[in-house]
Amino acid sequence: MPSGKAHVTTVENDRPRRLRVGRTTGDRVFRGTARGFGVLVLLIMGGIGIFLAVEAAPAFGEFGWGFFTTVEWNPESGALGIAAVLVGTLTVATLAMVVAFPLALGTALYISQYAAPKAKRWLIAMVDLMASVPSVIYGLFGAYLLQPEMVYVSRWLHDMLGFIPVFQVDTDPDAAVFAQSRYTASALIAALVVAMMVLPYACMVMREVFDQAPQGEREAAYALGATRWGMVRAVVLPFGRGGIVGGTMLALGRALGETIAVVLIIAPLFEIKVRILENGTITIPSLIATRYGESVGIQLAALLAAGLVLFVITLVTNSIAAVIVTRGRSGADTEI
Amino acid sequence: MTAVLKTPQETKRNLHGRTVDDRVAPLGAALGALALMSLLYDRLLPLSGSLGFVVCWYVTFVVLYALVSAYRHPAPAVTDRVAGVLIRTCALVVGGSLALVIGYVFVRGAPAIIHPNIFTEDMTAGPHDPLTTGGVLHGIVGTAVQIGIAITITLPLGIGCAVFMTEVGGTLARLVRTVVEAMTALPSIVCGLFVYIAFLLTFDVQRNGFAASLAISVMMLPIIARSAEVVLRVVPNGLREASLALGASQWQTVRKVVLPTARPALATAMVLGVARGIGETSPVLITAGYTTFLNANPFEGPMVSLPLFAYTNARSPEPLLQTRAFGAAAVLMVLVLLVFLLARLAAAGRRRS
Repeated sequence: MPSGKAHVTTVENDRPRRLRVGRTTGDRVFRGTARGFGVLVLLIMGGIGIFLAVEAAPAFGEFGWGFFTTVEWNPESGALGIAAVLVGTLTVATLAMVVAFPLALGTALYISQYAAPKAKRWLIAMVDLMASVPSVIYGLFGAYLLQPEMVYVSRWLHDMLGFIPVFQVDTDPDAAVFAQSRYTASALIAALVVAMMVLPYACMVMREVFDQAPQGEREAAYALGATRWGMVRAVVLPFGRGGIVGGTMLALGRALGETIAVVLIIAPLFEIKVRILENGTITIPSLIATRYGESVGIQLAALLAAGLVLFVITLVTNSIAAVIVTRGRSGADTEI
Repeated sequence: MTAVLKTPQETKRNLHGRTVDDRVAPLGAALGALALMSLLYDRLLPLSGSLGFVVCWYVTFVVLYALVSAYRHPAPAVTDRVAGVLIRTCALVVGGSLALVIGYVFVRGAPAIIHPNIFTEDMTAGPHDPLTTGGVLHGIVGTAVQIGIAITITLPLGIGCAVFMTEVGGTLARLVRTVVEAMTALPSIVCGLFVYIAFLLTFDVQRNGFAASLAISVMMLPIIARSAEVVLRVVPNGLREASLALGASQWQTVRKVVLPTARPALATAMVLGVARGIGETSPVLITAGYTTFLNANPFEGPMVSLPLFAYTNARSPEPLLQTRAFGAAAVLMVLVLLVFLLARLAAAGRRRS
């Protein structure tokens, strides 16, 4: 198209006039005020971060690397360390995710791909509601209803799988009157409750991403004769991979910081152990919740340092989650 | 001609809906599994109890269903059916556990909340007094006052900050966004510890309701700012450009176009943030202090809130106090449900417009 070409060249010579937009007084006030809000929030949030770091610094100075390797938390003897607490925190959070991940994935798939369109709205509301149920209610449920039931499940797991170190408990499962109390207040029970609490967060992210799976590709899969599950495997899951990983990480971040439900269930025990069925464990939030009152000076700094370590871990987890969610193909425009 | 006349006998195959096989196969598998389990359970398996029975029944059901399907269908269809069953089970388990959690709190709390005095009295009554005296009025008042102050602090700040991040933009906005996103990772118990050290210990004041509000605010502010930003960001840019092209100033665009467009979604996001603030116990645990008396003054003396009341009494070995804890938790749950309903109504407004 020669004429079109000629036309294009003339357009290229045409340069837009430089516009100088003067902002009105109202706009300047608006932008200034908005910026003020932004700076204020930045100062508050940044201030909190810096304050935590400064206040926790004496603990790191006093204990050095020993803070991360000392098992006990014993203010009387001056031995304060978070080795056991850190292991406990990670154990509970990991276990919670092991339980929550498949359930969240299945529920998200159900809501986005299987449920009737009319039911979908209600199901989304249900997941939102599950995220808004106060943690103390989950804690009460775990401590009073789940715990007595879980004692028997734990004993059975111990009996059947006790040869694996993780499922060992320091008692005899086959005794005529078995030691019930050895199976209570364990990491597993706390993890189950935490799993229920963080599950909706993972589910929300996954569901949103699955919903964005391109309609054209889904129909193409059906047209090629795929079953519903075949379509999900070929289109929805690969498309939503970013959301699956990201949502799981986000939920993991919340699992790490969960306090009240864990405090209501576990029996504090400062010991590095991986025996998830056995009575006693400790996490960083529950350490803070149970020990802040009796702490002064360096102990308080140590508690704050433990909190800071937890903050850094959740921050890293959340950041990785954010990067994965945004980097994935999810949201890319692939409509046919 | 005759060939044409014969065609009406052909019936169109129904592509929707389920065939008889689709309906009967899972039912048959479920019944078969039930029969098999009632025969074998307790005799052959190293299991006992109803939970074990349900689990075994379910596993047998899935296996039987796969076998029945494999009779008449190719492998992909069998996989599809099994996957469908597993996915539906996940949703059922999640929905069931939510119903169980909420139901359990109401069932255990019922003996306490059937007495109206739970809404009108504080715990001046002793721990051994019957449920007909004493209540959680102080907790309700405390929750209302604390969340009220927290909303007053966080809502303007959060929305203002979100407007800055989406409408003004620039390098500073990116920095603010990064810091706000980072602070959403701050564990709620650390928020409480921060206020405890920075406010209560530094100024040497007794624990009070205002400190609790501050702790809740520290927890809520990044959540509110972030969700408000997400909501404002999805307002179509075309609307902004149209408004600016018509000669509106930026402030007019924000006030007359962006905020009204986002209002229902913004309301939903805010209400959900508030629900989080109402239910969170850990920041309050460290900062509010515990009292059995009604205290409506946030600046003087300890001030208990509903979740804190429930938490403290649940740790008591006294069954009567535990019932009171469940009562408080039930009241709290009603409160959260009401707030949640409000959010839903706001969302419904969005759909209509």
